[in-house]
Amino acid sequence: MKIVVCVKQVPDTKGGVQFNPDGTLNRAAMLTIMNPDDKAGLEAALRIKEENGAEVTVVTMGLPKADEVLREAMAMGADKGILVTDRVLGGADTWATSTTLAGAIRNLEYDLIITGRQAIDGDTAQVGPQIAEHLGLPVISYAQNIKVDGDAVVIERQYEDRYHELKVTMPCLITALSELNEPRYMTPGGIFDAYEKDVTVWGRPDLKDVDDANLGLKGSPTKIAKASDKVRKGAGEKVVLDTDEAVAYLMGKFKEKHII
Amino acid sequence: MDFGLDKKHEMARSLFREFAENEVKPLAQEVDETEEFPVETVKKMQKLGFLGIPVPKEYGGQGCDPLTYVMCVEELSKVCGTTGVIVSAHTSLCIDPILTYGTEEQKQKYVKPLATGEKLGAFALTEPGAGTDAQGAQTKAVLDGDEWILNGSKCFITNGKVADVYIVIAITSVVTDKRGRKKKNFSAFIVDKDAPGFSFGTKEKKMGIRGSSTYELIFEDCRIPKENLLGPEGKGFPIAMHTLDGGRIGIAAQALGIAEGALDRAVAYTKERKQFGRSIAQQQNTQFKLADMAARIEAAQLLVYKAAMAKATQKVYSVEAAKAKLFAAETAMAVTTEVVQLFGGYGYIREYDVERMMRDAKITEIYEGTSEVQRMVISGALLK
Repeated sequence: MKIVVCVKQVPDTKGGVQFNPDGTLNRAAMLTIMNPDDKAGLEAALRIKEENGAEVTVVTMGLPKADEVLREAMAMGADKGILVTDRVLGGADTWATSTTLAGAIRNLEYDLIITGRQAIDGDTAQVGPQIAEHLGLPVISYAQNIKVDGDAVVIERQYEDRYHELKVTMPCLITALSELNEPRYMTPGGIFDAYEKDVTVWGRPDLKDVDDANLGLKGSPTKIAKASDKVRKGAGEKVVLDTDEAVAYLMGKFKEKHII
Repeated sequence: MDFGLDKKHEMARSLFREFAENEVKPLAQEVDETEEFPVETVKKMQKLGFLGIPVPKEYGGQGCDPLTYVMCVEELSKVCGTTGVIVSAHTSLCIDPILTYGTEEQKQKYVKPLATGEKLGAFALTEPGAGTDAQGAQTKAVLDGDEWILNGSKCFITNGKVADVYIVIAITSVVTDKRGRKKKNFSAFIVDKDAPGFSFGTKEKKMGIRGSSTYELIFEDCRIPKENLLGPEGKGFPIAMHTLDGGRIGIAAQALGIAEGALDRAVAYTKERKQFGRSIAQQQNTQFKLADMAARIEAAQLLVYKAAMAKATQKVYSVEAAKAKLFAAETAMAVTTEVVQLFGGYGYIREYDVERMMRDAKITEIYEGTSEVQRMVISGALLK
């Protein structure tokens, strides 16, 4: 069985966020981590590998620095790492990213593709399902449990108040929630091994069946007008009133702000 | 000359740091308070290979280098000195001598389960009447057919009761020199926990590293197989000294970690603590103290890392190890004392980590060779 896991190197929110003049994130200047949902997806793949036997290939698109996230995945137990990096791919939105990743994955054999639900930097939850669409695969999003059953996977798809259990014949794509599992730590020996191995690096010419018009900043329908770090809120106003006064006070405020 | 870490060492540090923060730090106060050996933490470290970091893969280890191991002890000790010394004593004092002096059979039988963490190791040299002066030791071993018979006792043994495998140094002969002076010849032995005649005495109640299991070991006609002699007969003293050279790098890393952990807490606390209308970090007195501590800690780190690199590349690294341990241990004591002072009354309260760190720091100036012994090693090399 062959599993492809898509991971993304995202800013570590503990380290502060920095932007380029065009409004996109300045990824090179920030501390980074493996996106938590992606890490859960990788852990799910590694558990399938342990239980059923599988080859796990990790794919990421990003700056050359994103090599680190692949080494981390290999230090956890992934077999191969593929870094898709090229200047022409920079500034991609979800459409251009999914086009790129699908173009890379077309070169690979797979039974199962696992992506995280969404990345903590963009929070769109679009790239996984879009990859499935590009590749013509069924997609099961928001997986909170994954089990392999013969040539199919049984997935618990999370909803706000329930979950659906779905059985899907492979190949298919799953988007994983960070609640799916507790990802393992790397091991010291795994880290040393990961740096002994080669990471495959692909650029634009290696992408299969993609149109330049759908790549990079130029191929991105989403235009970022303005981006900013979290806006700090003021301290607010604290009032101590009895119930009737509080109701009157709130109604006054709502009217003042044209909420009612 | 490059002072930066390469990517794999940086990643290993991030692993140790994450593990220490998530798994070790939350238990550190409890381990100290209850004086209970952190069994669950050791199991977790076993699973991740932390108990065999510098051991070759063919013997069940992680195949990393001494620097990686040192960073592990450092990061663990930043949050818990007890956990740091458990790994250090096991790796440096038990695995390392078997790896260095053991036969292939001994390596297969003992290093493999020790490196995977299936078994825990300890080292026994010190006796009630023999600390720095190892010649004062009384424990004897006599060959009887296919077995050695050990009699005597060892004290202050780290990982004492929880270990499965012990390196024990004992007298195997006494020779008289030309002047008629008697000289004891020592040999090193590998002793299994279940060896007949091997038992444990009292558990020591300590000032610091209170979760580590420190026991007296008692040998009463303790019989071990002849093949458990480690290295040549009569070479136990140089084996013990060489083992301690490695051990000192581990303890230096523990001391370094304790100092770094204390400084981290001091930085956070002094920014929050307000006196006279502003944070104490805004007072120049505090700033100067923090600066001095940071500079001293970095100097200690360079010595410790240099000693670890020397262990990887040199046959003899006694002086590097002695300098690292001397400076790191005294740094740990000085820094933790200063940090307690910066915390004021809160620093004296057990609820705050720095009180524990100051108690944990003291032992690093004492065990595996006191600071005075380190000065003897360093000056001995200068004056020879």
